[in-house]
Amino acid sequence: MYAQMVETGQKSVRALADMSSEERAFQQRIDADVKVEAADWMPDAYRRTLVRQIQQHAHSEIVGMLPEGNWITRAPTLARKAILMAKVQDEGGHGLYLYAAAETLGVSRDQLIADLHAGKVRYSSIFNYPTLTWADIGAIGWLVDGAAIMNQIPLCRCSYGPYARAMVRICKEESFHQRQGYDIMMKLCQGTAEQKAMAQDALNRWWWPSLMMFGPPDADSVHSAQSAAWKIKLLSNDELRQRFVDQTVPQADYLGITMPDPDLKWNAGRGHYDFGAIDWQEFHDVLRGNGPCNRERLATRVQAWEEGAWVREAALAHAEKRADRGDELG
Amino acid sequence: MSGGTRASAGAAPGADAALFEYVLRLGDNDVILAQRLAEWVGHGPVIEEDIALTNVGLDLLGQGRMWLQYAGEVEARLAGTGRSEDELAFLRDGGAYRNVQLVELPNGDFAATMARQFYFDHAHLLLLRALARSADPRVAEIAAKAAKEVDYHAQRSADWVIRLGDGTAESRARMQRALDRLWPYTGELFATDAVDRVLVAAGVAADAEALRAPWLATVERVLAEATLSLPAGTWMHGANGRGGRQGVHTEHLGHLLAEMQFLQRAYPGARW
Repeated sequence: MYAQMVETGQKSVRALADMSSEERAFQQRIDADVKVEAADWMPDAYRRTLVRQIQQHAHSEIVGMLPEGNWITRAPTLARKAILMAKVQDEGGHGLYLYAAAETLGVSRDQLIADLHAGKVRYSSIFNYPTLTWADIGAIGWLVDGAAIMNQIPLCRCSYGPYARAMVRICKEESFHQRQGYDIMMKLCQGTAEQKAMAQDALNRWWWPSLMMFGPPDADSVHSAQSAAWKIKLLSNDELRQRFVDQTVPQADYLGITMPDPDLKWNAGRGHYDFGAIDWQEFHDVLRGNGPCNRERLATRVQAWEEGAWVREAALAHAEKRADRGDELG
Repeated sequence: MSGGTRASAGAAPGADAALFEYVLRLGDNDVILAQRLAEWVGHGPVIEEDIALTNVGLDLLGQGRMWLQYAGEVEARLAGTGRSEDELAFLRDGGAYRNVQLVELPNGDFAATMARQFYFDHAHLLLLRALARSADPRVAEIAAKAAKEVDYHAQRSADWVIRLGDGTAESRARMQRALDRLWPYTGELFATDAVDRVLVAAGVAADAEALRAPWLATVERVLAEATLSLPAGTWMHGANGRGGRQGVHTEHLGHLLAEMQFLQRAYPGARW
């Protein structure tokens, strides 16, 4: 997902019997669906795991502005340009709420950004793929935002209050993003043969990476059980992935384009679609920094940050001068 | 050639022909500057500024669309059929664009982007406030709506000129250099030609020359607070009726349009 393979620092789920009295009281509040707030006591491992998860999500929003930003200046109509600008702007806003949510856990945004730029923390694998045609903007909205919503709706109920509340706001905007993506795909599929081919090509390239967004299979997902006990992960990777496939296949049928998966078929017995094997080697390669755009994405973020350093320094210097003079900020 | 009707400096155009030109000029300024601001998305110096630059770009794009839609309606009155906003934006070549040269100039660094915005926003605000009293009700309506948004743009760009001017030695040097380099492009904001004269006489257009003094007063006040110097030159680009408003542009516009118009040009007639 936007947060993938978040480490909990735990080899197995902590049992109530192994917990200190503080920890036990904390777990019992979580079990009773009482939200944890910033000032509440929490286990260090819970705090560290949440920081990792929220910052991966925040960085994903910010890095995720780049592949779509790549098409703003080439959007095919003024209305599409306005919608895409607004969408990418929303992502910057999501990044801000999420950095703010992470800051309630005692870290600073500057430190989190420094960690991203140093390659110490991840963002979602999906943003390391290139946007080669306009149809990719449709496919990202439809598939990537669709997958994000699938994961984030349950997070609106997660145990950490500031994160849950940020998610409520983010999900409202994401559902608009997904609709705009699907609308782009609709227009392409109703258009010329070239446009429909563009839509199919985008689906071919984005389908598997979208399924990888949910993270490794449950059997290999060592940290999920503890995150589930803490209610910062409410549904398993495989459950979410299956829901996504079940929801998305009929949408592709409606568009008249097909998933690049010969094994995809409805299984009446299970009441779900069966689908082919995911290339987990590719997923792990991308996470290790070896996707098509990893280096470029990070370099672009670092460059924007470094080129903005003098602006941030100037704003700070000016604010200090004003404070020294006792001026009101304009 | 799908250009606007060419208004020569001498002969006075008819009222609708002049109105078409005039509204295109307003719309093209907005669309081209929005396109430049869109280049910043994802690359701002800090997330809040990234979002704010996009906001200004979105406002201008929205205003540009309203002007171009109206231009198409005026064109239909003139010629029987009028072009849509997208036909006007994506299927005109540079020579048919009517924006001032200032807005098509490359972004440069953050100081150059904010200096361009500062010069433009304050002229834009004065113009829109005057146009809100236009005898043409559509012009008045669009201008009144746009002025509310541009009021914020003007405050924001003035704040940045002050912040960077009275910030660090580096930011001050960058802002002064940007103001100096862009200064010769400000003359065009207040130039008038036959199109303006016909419409000013009819009470439809604002007299741009009359906006120069209040604009300069604001610029002087802000630069003084920013500890910056008012650029000294008097020579201006685009003078003598040979500027962007008459279709004479810098080398930069062609590249901007090549990028902006790519899909519409590569797939003629496709719907998006």
